[in-house]
Amino acid sequence: MQNISAIFKKEFKTYFLSPIAYIFITVYLITTTFLFFQGFFLINQADMRGYFDLLPWVFLFFVPAITMRSWAEEKKVKTLELLLTWPVSDVEVVMGKFLASFALLAIVVLLSISIPVTIAIIGHPDGGQIVGQYLGALLMGAAYLAIGLWVSSMTENQIVAFIVGVVVTFVLFIISTPFITMVLPSFAAPLFAYVGLGSHFESISRGVIDSRDIVYYLSVIGFFLFLNVCSLGSRKWE
Amino acid sequence: MSPTNDSVMLEVKDLNKNFGNVHAVRNLTFEVRKGEVLGFLGPNGAGKTTTMRIITCFIPASSGTVKVSGMDTVQNDLEVRKRIGYLPENNPLYLDMTVDEYLKFAGEIRGLKGAQLTNRIHDMFQVCGLAKMANRQIGKLSKGYKQRVGLAQAMLHNPDLLILDEPMSGLDPNQIIEIRQLIKKMGEEKTVIYCSHILSEVAATCNRILIINDGAIVASGTPDELTAGASKTSGYMLKVKGDKASVQAKLSAIPGITGVTVQESGEWLEATITSGKEDVGEKIYKCVSENGWSLAELKRHSASLEDVFTQLTRG
Ligand SMILES: Nc1ncnc2c1ncn2[C@@H]1O[C@H](COP(=O)(O)OP(=O)(O)OP(=O)(O)O)[C@@H](O)[C@H]1O
Ligand SMILES: [Mg+2]
Repeated sequence: MQNISAIFKKEFKTYFLSPIAYIFITVYLITTTFLFFQGFFLINQADMRGYFDLLPWVFLFFVPAITMRSWAEEKKVKTLELLLTWPVSDVEVVMGKFLASFALLAIVVLLSISIPVTIAIIGHPDGGQIVGQYLGALLMGAAYLAIGLWVSSMTENQIVAFIVGVVVTFVLFIISTPFITMVLPSFAAPLFAYVGLGSHFESISRGVIDSRDIVYYLSVIGFFLFLNVCSLGSRKWE
Repeated sequence: MSPTNDSVMLEVKDLNKNFGNVHAVRNLTFEVRKGEVLGFLGPNGAGKTTTMRIITCFIPASSGTVKVSGMDTVQNDLEVRKRIGYLPENNPLYLDMTVDEYLKFAGEIRGLKGAQLTNRIHDMFQVCGLAKMANRQIGKLSKGYKQRVGLAQAMLHNPDLLILDEPMSGLDPNQIIEIRQLIKKMGEEKTVIYCSHILSEVAATCNRILIINDGAIVASGTPDELTAGASKTSGYMLKVKGDKASVQAKLSAIPGITGVTVQESGEWLEATITSGKEDVGEKIYKCVSENGWSLAELKRHSASLEDVFTQLTRG
């Protein structure tokens, strides 16, 4: 546990050692707030549905930006050789990094709390619904993070990690949208609809948290963190 | 466990490592005891770094076993890693962090906490001459200071087995002397493995040397044993004044001397003498004084570690 927390602290601090985290937070807040209020006054409804409908698309670019550096940089600078000869298990290192990236994402997402406050001042939004939407958004974000970390563990190049991260997440998101499932043969459609990231966010953006969606996101997180551990272990393969 | 086994810190047995069809390490077998500083010597590409990576559990061997303090590096890898301090080749560091932050992080992972951690970091600052750099960002330090940070990290938890892969690169002469003493001191009760291709460094620091070439051991022993083994022939340089022909003849007549070439250099004669293993210095001196030649110089040169190294690793 001390190991995970040591890695967590170090990773989390590292985000703020460079200006990237600050730029990131600012750009995120400006973009999402702007996009949301642009639609909000059109629809004229005191809820945050519009905001959470945007999130999967915003995360698509923001989350790989958080994770691209995590492993790629360690591989490039060779600090991985230090880290993996210290007395920590691969699982601990992966968990430490994942939790640190999640903490950063959570901070960014929660900073957007100004929006529900504004809405609360203007109208009478459903508080429970908004809490549900935030929890769902964090779950989905965590799944994106796990994917991004895994992609980063397979390259030494941050830019490659970013681009491939966006593409992989995008593909996983899109396969469950009607756009794709419509053209699939009927037996494959439900499968794709279940596996894809997109379908599970629909109810969440309405503020309805279904235990099946929670299970789904937790499985995605677990699966990609597992792949991440495997890809660290791949140095041991012949 | 027998008492002799207790003092064996590292045991490498029949170690092999292949990268595709590159056979980087071949049937390596050796032991290092407590209180030994082992110089691990070899030319570029000999397999030094690969061997160290296997010992530190970074990569597994293709075959063979490595035991640290009797524990297998595959079955017991976390326990083994706790006992090792490692300075990898090219000294990778977290460049964004300050020296102090970095050592704190390394210490926490090593299970150090609170006052103990602060004390150890403080000790390392003194030992590695880093006190003034504590709050500097590592990426902005000079190469030598980065090297010191790497060393501090490796020694932070006072490891039983310290593995240094080319630790002196980038250090200034003063720092080299300090670190050399430090390594010797650590070597008194702990075990140190020191990889390098700089022979003088290894000769000055290590009490045993292992020379590898192309992944296999080609020689091992103390620095003296190695040079003695290689100097099957040794030689003398003599600078005298006298008649050239008689110098040539008289010297050649001394038993034990196998060859003499005399050359004029100004008013002096320079004789290059080759001899067998036997020390003929005294006989040469007697010959010089009996003949009444004036003597300017008499020098013996035996094979240096450098010679041993080139002999063993060439061709
Ligand atoms: N990851 C790897 N993949 C393929 N080949 C490798 C790998 N690592 C090392 N080798 C090869 O193994 C051999 C030994 O390399 P190693 O780095 O152990 O040499 P070294 O003795 O440390 O050399 P140097 O003095 O230059 O540091 C070399 O031929 C090298 O090309
Ligand atoms: Mg090397």
